[in-house]
Amino acid sequence: MQNMEVDQMQRQYLDYIKSLFLEGFLDGQFLQLQQLQDENNPDFVVEVVSLFFEDSERLLNDLTFALDQKGIDFKKVDAHVHQLKGSSSSIGAQRVKNCCIAFRNFCEEQNIDECLSCLQQVKQEYCHVKNKLETLIRLEQQIVAAGGSIPTMEFSF
Amino acid sequence: MNLGNGKGSTSSSPLKTGDAVSDQFPAGLRVLVVDDDPTCLMILERMLRACLYEVTKCKRAEVALSLLRENKNGFDIVLSDVHMPDMDGFKLLEHIGLEMDLPVIMMSADDGKSVVMKGVTHGACDYLIKPVRIEALKNIWQHVIRKRKNGLKDVEQSGSVEEGDRLLKGCDDGDYSSSVNENKTSKKRRDEEEEGDERDDSSTLKKPRVVWSVELHQQFMAAVNQLGIDKAVPKKILELMNVPGLTRENVASHLQKYRLYLRRLSGVSQQQGNLNNSFISSQDATFGATSITGIDLQTLSVAGQLPAQSLAKLQAAGLGRTTAKAGVSMPLSDQQNLFSFENPRLRFAERSLHHLSNSKPINLLHGIPTNMEPKQLINLHQSTQTLGNLNMRVNAPAAQNNPLLMQMAQSQPRAQMRSENADSHVTRFPSSLVQPIVPNDISNGVLGNGITGTSNITTAYNTVSQNSSLLSFPMNQTNEMSVSSFPRRSTPSLTSIPTKGMFHEEGTSDIKGPGGFVPSYDMFNELHHQKSHDWDLTNTGITYDSSQHANPLQGNIDVSPSVLVHQGFPSMQQSVRTRDTTSIGKAMFSTGEGIQGNLQNVGQHLNNPVDNSVRVKAERFPDPSSQINNLFSDQYGHEDLVTAFLKQQEGVGPSDNELDFDGYSLDNIPV
Repeated sequence: MQNMEVDQMQRQYLDYIKSLFLEGFLDGQFLQLQQLQDENNPDFVVEVVSLFFEDSERLLNDLTFALDQKGIDFKKVDAHVHQLKGSSSSIGAQRVKNCCIAFRNFCEEQNIDECLSCLQQVKQEYCHVKNKLETLIRLEQQIVAAGGSIPTMEFSF
Repeated sequence: MNLGNGKGSTSSSPLKTGDAVSDQFPAGLRVLVVDDDPTCLMILERMLRACLYEVTKCKRAEVALSLLRENKNGFDIVLSDVHMPDMDGFKLLEHIGLEMDLPVIMMSADDGKSVVMKGVTHGACDYLIKPVRIEALKNIWQHVIRKRKNGLKDVEQSGSVEEGDRLLKGCDDGDYSSSVNENKTSKKRRDEEEEGDERDDSSTLKKPRVVWSVELHQQFMAAVNQLGIDKAVPKKILELMNVPGLTRENVASHLQKYRLYLRRLSGVSQQQGNLNNSFISSQDATFGATSITGIDLQTLSVAGQLPAQSLAKLQAAGLGRTTAKAGVSMPLSDQQNLFSFENPRLRFAERSLHHLSNSKPINLLHGIPTNMEPKQLINLHQSTQTLGNLNMRVNAPAAQNNPLLMQMAQSQPRAQMRSENADSHVTRFPSSLVQPIVPNDISNGVLGNGITGTSNITTAYNTVSQNSSLLSFPMNQTNEMSVSSFPRRSTPSLTSIPTKGMFHEEGTSDIKGPGGFVPSYDMFNELHHQKSHDWDLTNTGITYDSSQHANPLQGNIDVSPSVLVHQGFPSMQQSVRTRDTTSIGKAMFSTGEGIQGNLQNVGQHLNNPVDNSVRVKAERFPDPSSQINNLFSDQYGHEDLVTAFLKQQEGVGPSDNELDFDGYSLDNIPV
């Protein structure tokens, strides 16, 4: 029973994570993180992802605040976006990263409207990836709780 | 996935030694990672740990700097983000480079060309684009090795005298080998080994490591400059530096390294400057040398080691040009500097002489890109030869009598002088000759001594030497140019050069010397090719002219060098003994436009005493090679040569030194 559950959970997990890759929410960098996790660092992925969430939320708040000003300091905005780009790329949050790239271009142009639009977009993408990752982690934890091991994804397109 | 295994059992350690450190390396590499992004920081730290490095993470640049400052030897490499709120990553990079001289790798999500370029210009070892993959981090140890390797070359020191000595020994061996790279490699290995020992062996070999920061090194340089390259002994340098905690041993090993560095510079510059080609082929060659020289000069001048002034003077004197080019300050006495110049030349000369004696008629043009017109080549050759010959002889005798030569002569010339015999004549000449022209001075002095050594031949020799010096001057200069820094700084090093043995052993046969001496001077090696040829020519010329007096010489000199140059060299050499030398000598003369002045002086002198007795004496020179003997015996012919040369010089325009050596130029070697 348990085995079947575990197998099921593992299959479910694999399907899920594959879809995240296929849909572009995650990229290869996430796999790197997974590879860094081992028996000596069993919670590495969770820790990093949590850190990413904290960091991103702070940045997004700062961005909102900065773009809300009468006189927008685009340099500052750009700095925030740049950092968000860096952390999201480190995690493998591909869509968020792509948003940041577009966001930075508009910052350079100092296009307020586009920047605001980008801000909205990046917030949305962040929410998406956050949900996905949370789901994924939950699945992982279930598997581990059920005594199974988290399967490594094999791409077989 | 276990990333540790691969790292742990690294067998491809760059260290060839069998000590424990090398086996584990790069494991244990002490990395400091600086990034204001906590996510990135955490990931990097994890990755670095997976590579078995010792990781210290830091969120702020200021903290990182203070960490580094407190723990100067606590880290091997630094990874830093570019965009940080409290301090720009490049600024941090600068600080680290200046204060700790550690390799720094920049990271950023920004992959724009300008940013990456900024990393390059600020001295970053590498630039990683985020997201950083672990594969990229697995190889960062290479930067540590590379820096150490280059640092060893550059004056970085490992701290202990033993290490320095060991390194130096290795370096020495390496230096004299044909390949600069090999040298570096062997040195690097040794350095690594020692570094590793120092780092990992906390018990036995551990010594407080002195980090030669830029400031410290500048203090060192200032002290050395103040003392003068010849008098720069560790004890005095230490006193001048007045740095608490610095020991004489630290300074001594640093000084050794510095000298090696200088030597390497000259060697490298030579190679880079493609001396052979440059010499002959075009001004560029000279320039190439010049540029390298310039660089070296600058380096040296910065160090205060270069007797820039002397160099400049030499150039000016020799070439009849202004010392504009020198551009290097001359902290030391001109004479000293000149000597330093002379030394290299001497060695060269010796070598060439050696070649002369040993080799059969060689195509002097060997190794010389025939871009240069034969004329030029000849000139070059001859100058070189002349100089070489002169140097050799001159040194020995000069050393004793001529204060000027003191520097150069150092050990060897003295020996020679004694063997050859010190004559009062020598002194006489040097003074007279010396005055007018700087380079002449040296050569004169040198020559004079040498000549005096040969008793009566003094005059002749002086003349000859003068000639040679004059003639060779451009050559030498050229050579020097490429190696420019070399002679200057090599003054002290020269002493240490094994050539000493040459002189002594060779005894009289200076010419023999070349073969054996100056193994350390890469540049000389290079120059040798050409020079040897030149020398041959020169010698021939000299011998040749002896039979002729001033007038004939002049006439001879008029002969276009082209005659000589062409493959007739070999034959010429042979005929040198006979009489063809004259022409060769002429060729030589034609080279040194700048020498005109000198020649004049020389000529005057030459004219005076020249007589057949000179010839006789010349043969007395302990030249193993008959050629050499001939040359000297023909010294008396030198007068003629000198005269001829002078005439030619006059004929020659004031240099077109296209060769843009700092003042040195084989004027007649138009490209």
